[in-house]
Amino acid sequence: MPRARVLIRPKEGILDPQGKAVERALPALGFEGIEHVHVGRLVELDVEDPERLGELCEKLLANPLIEDYEIQTL
Amino acid sequence: MIWGVLQFPGSCDERDALRACEIAGEGARLVWHESRDLDGVDGIVIPGGFSYGDYLRAGAIARFSPAMEAVAEAAAGGAPVLGICNGFQVLCEAGLLPGALLRNVELRFICRQADIVEERSGETLSIPMKHGEGRYYAPDELLEEMEARGQVAYRYAEGHNSNGSVRDIAGVRNEAGNVLGLMPHPEHAVDPLTGSTDGIKVFEAAAAAGTLA
Repeated sequence: MPRARVLIRPKEGILDPQGKAVERALPALGFEGIEHVHVGRLVELDVEDPERLGELCEKLLANPLIEDYEIQTL
Repeated sequence: MIWGVLQFPGSCDERDALRACEIAGEGARLVWHESRDLDGVDGIVIPGGFSYGDYLRAGAIARFSPAMEAVAEAAAGGAPVLGICNGFQVLCEAGLLPGALLRNVELRFICRQADIVEERSGETLSIPMKHGEGRYYAPDELLEEMEARGQVAYRYAEGHNSNGSVRDIAGVRNEAGNVLGLMPHPEHAVDPLTGSTDGIKVFEAAAAAGTLA
């Protein structure tokens, strides 16, 4: 069965406090020159019909109002 | 008015909701999430908690339960539906209410008494809030439409919007007016013993909106 990976991230322009918190912690650990950190989710799955992944993302895996998703078939 | 209170695996405020329904109405009974039959109740409360562990996103899995299918049908028929905290998140995920709830802006779980203002009457209610994902969000164009249609039900009073909700929104209703959701917990504010009985007014408002619709 084909393997797929779905990357889900906060939509551009929506405040992402998780990403900001990670970004703010980095300089204290000596990591300089890093910006625009965003924290999202990764869903891996085996799927018989990869054509249906878009519908699956719209209905369940992502909330299209607040999140963007990207489907990678492996 | 007999309320049905939904119970999901991970619900935790259904008992308080039952008691609040008894105080504010004529009683209530629990409706198990696997039941498609709402047991003849007049309205539905979706209580707070962490339905299905809040996995994926808060409310994302609960919306697919058989009971929620029945709630969607009842809501379309004009029955009053009140979603509290996790119940609000479930209603937003189900598309029965506009918008979404995001992680609190400070990333901390907030548990405190909050003042919220009823949009239509201007009355301030003192109601506890307790949530980690209560930052209301909707895109600007949608907010404009909602405000024009009077869909904003409650806003946090000045200085009480601790979760970072857009335009201080604490609760919203659907276009028809019979579905109401809010993050604060009116079911915890129905007995003078716990400091405020303002929550009763939220249950009364939800019941009245449903019968009018």
